[in-house]
Amino acid sequence: MSTAAIPAGTKWWNGGRSPFNTSYGKVMMWYFLMSDAFTFGAFLISYGTIRFSQNYWVDPNHVFNSFPFAGHTNLPLAFVSLMTFILIFSSVTMVLAVHEGHKMNRKAVEKYMLMTIIGGIAFLSCQAWEWTHLLTGQHEVLVNGHLEYWNTTVSHNPFGPEVMFNGREVATPGPIAFGSYFFEITGFHGFHVFSGVIINIVMYIKTKLGHFDQRGHYEMIEKAGLYWHFVDLVWVFVFLCFYLI
Amino acid sequence: MSSVALTHDAVSHGHEDAHHEHHHHETFISKYVFSMDHKMIAKQFLVTGIIWAIIGGFFSVIFRLQLGYPESTFPWLEDILGHWAKGGKLHPEFYYALVTMHGTVLVFFVLTAGLSGTFANFLIPLQIGARDMASPLLNCLSYWFFFLASVVMISSLFVQTGPASGGWTVYPPLSALGDASLGSKIGMDLWLVGMALFIVSQLLAGLNYITTILNMRTKGMSMTRLPLTVWALFFTAVLGVLSFPVLLSGAVLLLFDRNLGTSFFLSDIIVAGKILPNEGGSAILFQHLFWFLGHPEVYIILLPAMGMASEILSVNSRKPIFGYMAMVGSMFAILILAFLVWAHHMFVTGLNPFLGSVFVLLTLLIAVPSAIKVFNWLTTLWRGNIRFTPAMLFAIGFVSLFISGGLTGIFLGNSSLDIHLHDTYFVIAHFHIVMGVASFFGMFAGVYHWYPKMFGTYLNTTLAYIHFWATIVGAYLIFWPMHYEGLAGMPRRYYDYSNWESFKMFGGLNEFISLVAMIVFAVQLLFVFNFFYSMFKGRKVTTKNPWDANTLEWTTPIHPGHGNWPGEIPEVHRWAYDYAKDGRDFIPQDVPVSDDESKHH
Repeated sequence: MSTAAIPAGTKWWNGGRSPFNTSYGKVMMWYFLMSDAFTFGAFLISYGTIRFSQNYWVDPNHVFNSFPFAGHTNLPLAFVSLMTFILIFSSVTMVLAVHEGHKMNRKAVEKYMLMTIIGGIAFLSCQAWEWTHLLTGQHEVLVNGHLEYWNTTVSHNPFGPEVMFNGREVATPGPIAFGSYFFEITGFHGFHVFSGVIINIVMYIKTKLGHFDQRGHYEMIEKAGLYWHFVDLVWVFVFLCFYLI
Repeated sequence: MSSVALTHDAVSHGHEDAHHEHHHHETFISKYVFSMDHKMIAKQFLVTGIIWAIIGGFFSVIFRLQLGYPESTFPWLEDILGHWAKGGKLHPEFYYALVTMHGTVLVFFVLTAGLSGTFANFLIPLQIGARDMASPLLNCLSYWFFFLASVVMISSLFVQTGPASGGWTVYPPLSALGDASLGSKIGMDLWLVGMALFIVSQLLAGLNYITTILNMRTKGMSMTRLPLTVWALFFTAVLGVLSFPVLLSGAVLLLFDRNLGTSFFLSDIIVAGKILPNEGGSAILFQHLFWFLGHPEVYIILLPAMGMASEILSVNSRKPIFGYMAMVGSMFAILILAFLVWAHHMFVTGLNPFLGSVFVLLTLLIAVPSAIKVFNWLTTLWRGNIRFTPAMLFAIGFVSLFISGGLTGIFLGNSSLDIHLHDTYFVIAHFHIVMGVASFFGMFAGVYHWYPKMFGTYLNTTLAYIHFWATIVGAYLIFWPMHYEGLAGMPRRYYDYSNWESFKMFGGLNEFISLVAMIVFAVQLLFVFNFFYSMFKGRKVTTKNPWDANTLEWTTPIHPGHGNWPGEIPEVHRWAYDYAKDGRDFIPQDVPVSDDESKHH
C-alpha cells in the first residue's frame, strides 16, 4: 500500500476518517477473526485439558499412517502432510490473487482464485477420505477378555495401550475423548474451510462478472483472503495438536 | 487499493450521501419490519426486550407465589399452566423450569439484547455523528437472528416435557443427559439452539458497533471527545465479541454430548441404576467455558447502564462529568479484569484452592475501578444544579444500587467466605441488586432520557415518578431481606422451604418478599402502559434539544429521517461535557471554540 499520498501530521484518531486507514469491512473482518479465534481457542484448550487428564493417549504415528491406494504400507503422517501442503499452497495462491487485485489485473485474479478454490476442495476431499478411513477402518481390540473389531468414532477408540493376549500384543480400548475431539475440531475446521470455499466461489464469480473492476478496487478479495489465511492458520494449530504432539 | 481512495471513501460515506434519505419510497415492510435504519432497529430491540421482560418478570411472579405461599393452591394457575400446575399447585419440575427461564430471559434476552441492542443501535450513530451503522444490512440481520432466537426459546415453553430446567448456567450432567430430568429433554436442545442463534446475533451486532465507533466518527470526534455512553457501548461490544464465542464452543460440545454420544463433560455416571458408558469427560470443564462468557456477560449488562448513567448524571447536574479519563480508564480496567475472574463462580466446585486464591485477588481488584466510577458519579452530583427528571432519578437509583450490590460482592469474592455464602440467597440478593436491578435502572434512565429522541414525545412524568419510587423502594424491600436469609444459610433453588425446621422462621419474610415482588411487577406494567400510550398520545417534543444537552443526537431534527441529519453532518469541536463553562449553562459539541473561552480538556 502506498502511504505517500497522506500528508504528514495527519490526525488519525480525530474523526472523519478511519484511524487505521482501512475500510469498515476489513476492520470488521479482523474483529470477526479475533472472535472466531476464541471459539477455536476454547475448543483446543478443552481438548488439552481432557487429554492431559488421561493416563494414556493415542500415538498419532500409529493412527494416521495410511495413504490412499497404498494398502497397508506404514506411512506415518504422510497423508496429513500432503493435506497441510495443499492448504498452505492454497494460501499462497490466495496471496497472489490479492496481489493481482491491487494491480487491477482481473484475468490473473480469476486464475489464482480458481486455484485457491481447487486447493480448498482438494483439502476437503482429503479430509473426507481421512474421516471415512477412520470411521470404517476396523481394528482389533481386546474388550473384556475377548477380541472385537472396532472402528474409530466419536465414542470408540481402538488405539488404546497394548497388552499381551494369547502370546501377542493386542490393543485395548483407548480414551474415547480422542475421537470425540478429533471429529469435533477437525469437523468444525472443515466447516470453516467449506464456508471459505463458498466465499471464494462467490468472489470468483463476482470477479468474472467484472464487479470489482466497476467498483474500482478488489477489496472483497482481500477480505476473503483474510478469512482464508485465518482458516489456514487454525489448521496449523489443529495439525500441531492432533498429529504432531 | 490506495490510501487516498480510502480516506476519500470514509469522508464520502459521511458527508456526500446526505440527500438520499428524502427520495426513496419506503413500504411498511422496509420501514418497520426489515428496516435498515439503526433507529428503527433500536426500537425493534427495545419493544422485543419489553415483551421478553414482561414474560421473564411474570415467571418470577409465579415462582414467588410458590415460595411465598407454599401451602396454598391457586386454581387460576392451572388455567394458564395446565398440567404444570395440577389443582393450582406448581409442579416442582416446572418450578425449576421457571427459575431457569427467568434467568435466561432476563440475562440474555432483556439485559443483553434489549439493553445494549437498543441503546448501542440508537446512540452510537447519533452520538458519534454518523448516518447509520457501518453495515446496516448486518444490523438488520442481527435483529432478525435475535428474533429467531426468541422464537426458538419461546417455543421451548410449549413442548410436552417443558423448557430447560437445570438453571440458567445449564451445568452438565443435568443438561447433558436427556434422562436426567424432564427439562433435560427437547427443552434443553431448544435452549442450546436458541442460544447459538442469539450468539450469532450478538456477534453481528458487536462487530458493527465496534467498527462503527472506530471508523465512522464525524470530523473532530476524537476518541477522547466521545460521550461516555459510546465508550461504554464500545467496551460492551468488545466483551461480547470475545466472550460469547467461548459459550458457543461450550454449547457445541454440549450438543455433541447430548446427541452424538461423546463424553466431553461426562464421566462415570449412573442414572436410574444404570452405569453409562461415558468416561473421561469433565463437568468442571463446562463450568470454565460457561463462566468465561458468564462473567464478562455481567459487564456486558452493566457497562451500557454505567455509560448512560454517566451521561444522564452530567446532563442533569448541569456539570461536566467528573474525571472523564478516569471513567474511560476504569471501564477499560473492568474490560480486562472481566476476562480474568470467571473462576470466582466456581470456588466450591472442586477448583484447586491455590487457583482460587489467585481469582480472589483478581476479583477484589475490580473494586478499584468500580470505586473510581462511584466516586466520580458522586462528585459529578456534588454541588450540581440538579434537575430531578425521571431519567435523573433512575440514574441516581442506579448509583445507589450499584453501591449496595457492589459491596456484597466483596464478601462473595473471598473464597473462604464463599464456602458459607455460595448458593444461598445472599448470592441472589447480590447479583440481583448489582447486575439485575441496577442495569434495569440504567435501562429505564436511558428510556426516559432518550424517549423524546426516539418517538418525538415525552413519557408521562407523573407515571414516571410513581414508577421510580415504587421500583426503587420495592427492589430494596425484595432483595435486602434476602441477605439475611442467605447469611442464615438458606439455599437457592429450593422448591419449598417450609419443610426445613431451620428456615421455617423465614416463612413470613418470604411471603412479604413475594407480595412486594407482585406489586413491583404491576408497577412495571404501568411503565409499559406509559411507554406505548405516550408514543401516540404523549406530550409532543417542541424543541430539538429538550434536556439542554451537548451531545450530537440533539442536533438532529425532532423526527430524524434515515440518515439522521438533513444536511451536512455537524463537525465536532469539543468534548461532550462543557456544562457550566465560562458562565454558560451548556455548549453543544458542534459549537466551535471561541477565542475568549477558557482552556479545558
